[in-house]
Amino acid sequence: MKEKLEALKVEALAKLKEVTDPQVLNDLRVKYLGKKGELTEVLRGMGGLSAEERPVIGQVANLVRGAIEEIIENKQEAFQQQETQNRLNAEKVDVTLPGRSLPQGGIHPLSRVVQEIEDIFIGMGYRVAEGPEVETDYYNFEALNLPKNHPARDMQDSFYLTEDILMRTQTSPVQVRTMQAMKGEAPVKIICPGKVFRRDDDDATHSFQFHQVEGLVIDRHIRMSDLKGTLQQFAQEMFGPHAGIRLRPSFFPFTEPSVEVDVSCFKCGGDGCRLCKQSGWLEILGAGMVHPNVLEMGGYDPAEYSGFAFGMGVERIAMLKYGIDDIRHFYTNDMAFVKQFKGI
Amino acid sequence: MKVSTSWLTEYISLEGVTADELAEKITTAGIEIDGVERRNKGLSGIVVGYVKSKEKHPDADKLNVCIVDAGQDEDLQIVCGAKNVAAGQKVPVALVGAKLPGLDIKKAKLRGVLSQGMICSAKELGLNDKLLPKELQEGILVLPEDTEIGQDILKVLDLNDEVLDFDLTPNRSDCLSMIGAAYEVSAILGRELKLPDPAADLVESGGSASDSISVRIEDEDYCTHYSVRYIAGVKTAPSPLWIQNRLMAAGVRPINNIVDITNYVMMEYGQPLHAFDGDKVEGSVLSVRFAKDGEILTTLDGQERKLEPQMLVIADGVKAVGLAGVMGGLQTEVTDETINIVLESAKFDGGTIRKTSRQLGLRSEASLRFEKEVDPNAVISALNRAASLIARYAGGSVHENIVQAGTETAEEKVLTLSLEKLNRYLGTELSLLEVKTLFSRLHFKCGDAGQGLVEVQIPTRRGDISYDVDLIEEIARLYGYDNIPTTLIEGVTTPGALTSKQSQRRELRRLLAHGGYQEVMGYSFIQPEQSKLFPALAEGKLSVKLAMPMSEDRSVLRTSLIPQLLEIARYNTNRRQSDLALFEIGNVFFTDEDQLTRQPRELPVLGLLLSGSRASKQWNVAVQPVDFFDLKGALETIFNHLGLADSVVYEGDAPEDYHPGRSASIYLQGTEGRVKLGTLGQLHPELQRGLDLEDTYVAELLLQPLYSNARTNIQYTELQRFPGMERDIAVVVDSAVPAGHLLASIRENGGTLLQNVQVFDVYTGGKMESGKKSVAISLLYRHTDHTLTDEEVVEVHDRVVSALQQTFGAELRK
Repeated sequence: MKEKLEALKVEALAKLKEVTDPQVLNDLRVKYLGKKGELTEVLRGMGGLSAEERPVIGQVANLVRGAIEEIIENKQEAFQQQETQNRLNAEKVDVTLPGRSLPQGGIHPLSRVVQEIEDIFIGMGYRVAEGPEVETDYYNFEALNLPKNHPARDMQDSFYLTEDILMRTQTSPVQVRTMQAMKGEAPVKIICPGKVFRRDDDDATHSFQFHQVEGLVIDRHIRMSDLKGTLQQFAQEMFGPHAGIRLRPSFFPFTEPSVEVDVSCFKCGGDGCRLCKQSGWLEILGAGMVHPNVLEMGGYDPAEYSGFAFGMGVERIAMLKYGIDDIRHFYTNDMAFVKQFKGI
Repeated sequence: MKVSTSWLTEYISLEGVTADELAEKITTAGIEIDGVERRNKGLSGIVVGYVKSKEKHPDADKLNVCIVDAGQDEDLQIVCGAKNVAAGQKVPVALVGAKLPGLDIKKAKLRGVLSQGMICSAKELGLNDKLLPKELQEGILVLPEDTEIGQDILKVLDLNDEVLDFDLTPNRSDCLSMIGAAYEVSAILGRELKLPDPAADLVESGGSASDSISVRIEDEDYCTHYSVRYIAGVKTAPSPLWIQNRLMAAGVRPINNIVDITNYVMMEYGQPLHAFDGDKVEGSVLSVRFAKDGEILTTLDGQERKLEPQMLVIADGVKAVGLAGVMGGLQTEVTDETINIVLESAKFDGGTIRKTSRQLGLRSEASLRFEKEVDPNAVISALNRAASLIARYAGGSVHENIVQAGTETAEEKVLTLSLEKLNRYLGTELSLLEVKTLFSRLHFKCGDAGQGLVEVQIPTRRGDISYDVDLIEEIARLYGYDNIPTTLIEGVTTPGALTSKQSQRRELRRLLAHGGYQEVMGYSFIQPEQSKLFPALAEGKLSVKLAMPMSEDRSVLRTSLIPQLLEIARYNTNRRQSDLALFEIGNVFFTDEDQLTRQPRELPVLGLLLSGSRASKQWNVAVQPVDFFDLKGALETIFNHLGLADSVVYEGDAPEDYHPGRSASIYLQGTEGRVKLGTLGQLHPELQRGLDLEDTYVAELLLQPLYSNARTNIQYTELQRFPGMERDIAVVVDSAVPAGHLLASIRENGGTLLQNVQVFDVYTGGKMESGKKSVAISLLYRHTDHTLTDEEVVEVHDRVVSALQQTFGAELRK
């Protein structure tokens, strides 16, 4: 019997060693170890053995079974590994092919710049005020100290609808409307973004429609030096911590004194470059102390209150900031243009 | 205003200050200098020569051989090609070794004849030939006979001059004159002024002017002062070179001595003058009156002008002879034959001149100055100055007395300025002495009024100064803005914030941008035809037109955002960018009035456009064209985001300009009842074809109802703890039955147990009977506080199904 077992072991191990197919392996397992398998068959004859022989043969049989099981397990594991390997090979993708993108739209560059300016001033305690694009002559001009026939109306060639109604040429009428709505309450701290219209022939730097952001502060004891401080802070937040400002005297009918405000060129840091035309400065804002007539028409006593106002062209800032060379791009809306303004 | 520094030194010393330094200082103090023009374009070695003789060149028809005395040791032989060269002329001669712009002069042989230099034209000297008398624009420059031989041309033509270009703001019209500019420079440099005495050399003779001319003002509101002088026996001729040089530096073309002198004095005093040919003034009278309706006047430029009753004219006894303050008339023009002149100096109302000049599209150096109000005290000074120059350079006798009407002078204003206010306003700490010093530099007389108050007398030339803050500005600009400190606002702090409407608008932008839509910005002005498109929001209201549009294409205020979205789509499609998802947030404009008497209504609107493919061509995504439901889905996402999903209803009522079968009106059941929110759908195929677009879908929504109904406070709903039960049904109904109606019926009958209902398939054709469709719907039932039993679900589900059967004749598909 012992010889039979040994022979079985030799045969089984030899056959199993050759196996290359999982199905054949399974068949052999059944053939040798199954309920009707050859090992079981041999062991059936154990009943005829003596009590001394039985444990000895039993031990041999277990060894044979163990040896066969071990080789089967090893084989199975090898097959499993092989299968995994095959699957991995089959599932390999070309990682350099592009992925499926999320839908990606975008915000118009002018909206972006307006939002940025709004956020800076909101951080400084301002509210955002808005008003109609079609204005009355009174709010657009007269209440801003530009009576009919004022020579400064030259600078404001306008689109009239009737003799008295026009497309606003500036967002300053919102300042007057806000002052009147506040009914003398102080402080007033607002910025007014919006579309404005002037009769300009369109070219690379002029557009008959453009955007402005204006600001207005009224309180007791507002000083010109506060205007300087405010615009200095704005310049640093908008153009970087090293931005400086410079005030040059100018003229606007609604402010007195009036100034043009230059910001040090953020591209060259003031050394002079193409952007700033070698001057080191970029003209960005108009500003000044609110004219007493304007305060009065807005319901604030100029003897008690003072204020400052400032205004900037959004297109100009966007052009400087993004290096855009033609204002008309903003309104042509070429996808190749408007889709460029992503990121932070 | 072009300010010649050479001319300026007549009034103020510029010693030690270069033109560039001066430009920088003037700019810093408030008047921007646009540029500094060097009149010498690089000349040297050019002198005045006398042409002694001119012979034809032996071998060249067009050349002459001239013998020229140029003050050198020997006479020079110069070959010259100019037609106008002649013996006896004084001419500019470039000697051998001379430099001209882009040219060095060498000894040369021209067709075999030696030429020792060159006789120059004005252009070769770098002069702007447009400013030259016509006869000198071609050929060589012929100088006056009395010009000294051998003198440097730079001196003769005053070409070492540098000219500052003053870019004046409208308030600083005082600097539209050399004397005004001199006052400004004096204030900036703190140097003394020496002004000419206008009547210094004036000698009156030949009788009283009032015997030859009388003047009258019809309405002194429009002309406060009108004055003339009568000058007899003048002789017109070219003006002396120094006057011509200065006029050219100022950008004015010399014409003849009389005209040049009126221009010269206008440039000097800022007071426009006009000379009439006295013998052509009929009736010996000049009056200032408004034009008669339909009156005709031919102005100096040869144009026949039809006048209107609000235009101010100067008239003689018979007819209009000039447009007051704008341009003289051709008929009374000073010509070579003129002997007697009437010289006018006046102050006309700025607004009237401005309107006239606007209306006629005729602007002149005179109207430019009158529009901005001339100095009332310069009227007589300028008149006398010009009369004295004319007597000197054109001969003639200035008759006695000025003939005038109206007020002669204006009072000087006095303003009181508080030192405390000045310092509080600027944030400075200036002393009384510093302030007074600055005023004295401006030549503003000032006196102490006690208690820190200064009384300042404002010269009439500074009509722009009316308030104490104007004086504060004068101090600030001279003190220097760089010297004003930088401070932060004191007082209460204020919280900054956006309004709810502003926040929602930003949120919409963000939502759409993240959903793949690109924001665009169109113009507020459109074509009249475009304003008739997509009238759904206008609802019978009218569009608004510009009174004077710049072009027909941009002449009406937009009534819808869609026409411009279509324009943008077309533009991009033509550039092979045809997969478009666009949005714009902007205002549309309507009115109820035929004749606008108040501002039109302005409504904020969201417009959307979708065209082309859902995703661009990709290796692993099928290219699918967008359809109605892509755009509707975008709107639903917005409504859902704003918490309005259940308040919005779509009705397929075929709004105008849309594809009637693929469009809807959108209604919102809001706090103010049911309102029309907008429209959505595919463009009408006819319109689409006209625009040459692929299938394009657009939508337009009023934003105000969205803003006012949007959910602004988010409230948590408890999470579901019990499982729900799902039932899917497929019902067959007539094709015409809207799915929305089926869903509404299901919701109504499903009661509180029905948690969710969703269409997951719609099937027509194939095995389906024609005119029928199958709609597959998934229903989810759930109870919030226990697990549903079969009985409970069966009860409600049967109710839902039988309602569908009864209401819509629906058959349940197995």
